[in-house]
Amino acid sequence: MDIFERFAVPHPSPAIYVSMVAIGLTVIAIIAGLTYFKKWGYLWREWLSTVDHKRIGIMYLISALLMLFRGGADAIMMRAQLAIPENKMLDAQHYNEIFTTHGTVMIIFMAMPFIMAFMNYIVPLQIGARDVAFPRLNALSFWLFFMGAMLLNISFVIGGSPDAGWTSYFPLANNEFSESVGTNYYMFALQISGMGTLMTGINMITTILKMRAPGMTLMKMPMFTWSSLVANIIIVFAFPVLTVALIMGTMDRLFATNFFTSTNGGMDMLWANFFWVWGHPEVYILVLPAFGIYSEIISTFSGRNLYGYKSMVGSMVIISLLSFLVWTHHFFTMGQGALTNSIFSITTMAIAVPTGVKIFNWLFTLWKGKIIITTPMLYSLLFIPIFTIGGVTGVMLGMSAADYQYHNTMFLVAHFHMVIIPGVVFAMLAGFHYYWPKMFGFILNEKIGKWTAWIISMSTLLAFMPMFFSGLDGQARRMYTYSESTGYGIWNMLSFIGAIGLAIGFILIVYNVYYSTRYASRDISSDPWDARSLEWATPSPVPEYNFAIVPNVKSVDVLWEAKYNNHILFPGKYENIHMPNNSGIPFILGCIFFAWGFSFVFGMWIPAISTTIGIFVCMGHRSLEKDHGHYISVKEIEETETKLRGA
Amino acid sequence: MKINHSLPLEYGTHQNQINILGFWIFLGAEIMLFATLFAGYFTLVNRTGNGPTGTEIFDITPVLLETMILLTSSFTIGLGIHAMRLGSQKAMQVFFAITLLLGLGFLSLEVYEFIHYVHIGAGLQTSAFTAALLNTLGTHGAHVTFGVFWGLFIIFQLKTRGLTPETANKSFIFSLYWHFLDVVWIFIFSFIYLKGMI
Ligand code: HEM
Ligand SMILES: [Cu+2]
Repeated sequence: MDIFERFAVPHPSPAIYVSMVAIGLTVIAIIAGLTYFKKWGYLWREWLSTVDHKRIGIMYLISALLMLFRGGADAIMMRAQLAIPENKMLDAQHYNEIFTTHGTVMIIFMAMPFIMAFMNYIVPLQIGARDVAFPRLNALSFWLFFMGAMLLNISFVIGGSPDAGWTSYFPLANNEFSESVGTNYYMFALQISGMGTLMTGINMITTILKMRAPGMTLMKMPMFTWSSLVANIIIVFAFPVLTVALIMGTMDRLFATNFFTSTNGGMDMLWANFFWVWGHPEVYILVLPAFGIYSEIISTFSGRNLYGYKSMVGSMVIISLLSFLVWTHHFFTMGQGALTNSIFSITTMAIAVPTGVKIFNWLFTLWKGKIIITTPMLYSLLFIPIFTIGGVTGVMLGMSAADYQYHNTMFLVAHFHMVIIPGVVFAMLAGFHYYWPKMFGFILNEKIGKWTAWIISMSTLLAFMPMFFSGLDGQARRMYTYSESTGYGIWNMLSFIGAIGLAIGFILIVYNVYYSTRYASRDISSDPWDARSLEWATPSPVPEYNFAIVPNVKSVDVLWEAKYNNHILFPGKYENIHMPNNSGIPFILGCIFFAWGFSFVFGMWIPAISTTIGIFVCMGHRSLEKDHGHYISVKEIEETETKLRGA
Repeated sequence: MKINHSLPLEYGTHQNQINILGFWIFLGAEIMLFATLFAGYFTLVNRTGNGPTGTEIFDITPVLLETMILLTSSFTIGLGIHAMRLGSQKAMQVFFAITLLLGLGFLSLEVYEFIHYVHIGAGLQTSAFTAALLNTLGTHGAHVTFGVFWGLFIIFQLKTRGLTPETANKSFIFSLYWHFLDVVWIFIFSFIYLKGMI
């Protein structure tokens, strides 16, 4: 009985029971399916134990899409609840849990893996490398992210979801006001996946600095690689702050310390500061790689090199520095005085300058280009105006005096969705369509793709523009219902329709994958878009070793030079290639971390200690292991290359 | 494996260079970690609630001893790396072992110190100040503990595998880690203890 009480959901509803059954059935179906089709070995060899950066990238991509639907379901529930005044569909507690999981899932477990997917897949290819610097660490990063995500996702069926908002402000998040284990889940899910992210940061920086092909100086790196480099540097500096904040928050909840309490000297604003010292740079960790993807796409489909390469790089470096100097704009109204507010107001607005530089560079690239409108390009073009609306309202929020009016209203919610959806989600969808042929060897249907792009972008406007108005009218954020007399009803109904439109758009993407998998032509070249950088010089699908011969780089647009200006991209002849071996340890370690987090969430100390030991045993094993990888012989390379290149 | 003999052994292969750079970046993250801990500590240092203040609980004797022991260990691991450069594996192992013993000495003093704090009513739950203090010291202590185990694994590998580019690389990286812990301790010593005592 004790066990039922401990793991029981504190605020159950029929929807949760249905989800439990659904999750149970899905797990059974997956296990049965794998056994029936004898796919366990395949799954283990090719995926769970892989250290290939391309496969890891694909696993990130799949996880991100799954999480998009999880977070999207939450979004629809919120919008449905708010669609009409005095709605009784959800109660206050449920609403709290839903906006918390929505925010957390979307930022940490949807947007992050989305950029990680592209970084993993593309960066080594763009710099002419055969793998990342630490392939096995890379696999571990993925499994840590994945296990963190799963930990957060089981919270609503075991023990209850976090309910203090994705910002988890104290004292709201302490035991007194957040009684269920939900916030413990939040702390450990973020901690575990955050460790994975930090490792990716270290891995990617090292890869980019040390493994570039001959001739590729820093200023000849493609823009996506540059943006990844900058984003990963931000990761290395920002994530440790989150780590410390989470440790302190965990201690307050599990060991009754007084970091963020309101008694015994505790200081709740310390959490807010730590959270946003990480949280604001996090926004740029997400958006800079997205900008990188836009740069690649816009230059490819304008048929010319990126306008203002150097200023693009410079603006990113400036953004990365400024991103650490603005965190206080998240709590202008929480009493830090006029001088502090003014300083942070100015640094905030300063970020608009380098961002503007980037927008103009894209516009100038388009201006002189021969534009071809494909699905990825369509997303990139739609991004510019919508993102600009979001950006301008951001400057409005950045004026500290004015912020007293909009703070914690729907105006803010509208603002950040209007930057993050076109800024990050559109870019990822653009990248998804753009890189799909490289990953899977066929092009997603362009007609469905373009329809989807229009539906998603127009629905974004419909879903979020009304919030600017209801927000200025005073509709508070995180409010689960409101009375008829406020007049917010109409705005919220429009938003709801927009949210439905978005849902239709995302479902169409899945349909497109299904449709194109069945019907698309497999007869495409390795460079179907007539692109400019190295990732398109590999055959599709990309062989394990990426490049049979290490490329010789002479400019940013090397592939273009090779295609049209007789540059010799692959000098020399085949040699044996050294590659790392697969390993099951990262996956196993990930599972142990999952159990570790779960034990701590419920304060089960014996399993907590045993899993801690398990973690160190794995590390010790790794330290003693002798694994020097393997060589791919010239003969094998020749065979693979003739098969792939058909020559 | 291509070994470049014009470079020290620990830098001898491309992978070795990659490992060292990666570790430096990791240390960058560690600097941020400790910087955040310090920032938290300085914010909370005067928020003692009903608990004692730093002046009331700090005691210079064990802290001075801890400092001396840790500084010496940083020196001995330096000697260990020097021995490695000279190719003298025996001396290297001895210096590494001394380093770890000193690390253990440091840890036992720190454990004693913690017990003492709890004893005089400055436990983890007493106030924001004590929580920040013990958390900062504890994180450093946990790093040293981890280092002791790591070092043991390295000595073991030196013994069984000899001085190869791989073991040299691991030893060198371990020495970077150990020096780093020492630097962090100097900050703890000056800005937590010394500053707290006046
Ligand atoms: C796809 C359509 C989406 C819809 C309809 C939607 C809707 C909403 C709504 C209604 C709220 C709650 C406002 C409130 O607190 O009352 C919200 C909050 C939030 N959303 Fe979204 N959202 C969407 C996509 C996204 C995406 C893509 C992201 C991030 C990448 C995101 C991040 C957030 C965050 C961080 C919050 C704040 C949660 C909190 O208050 O703690 N959303 N969203
Ligand atoms: Cu911000």
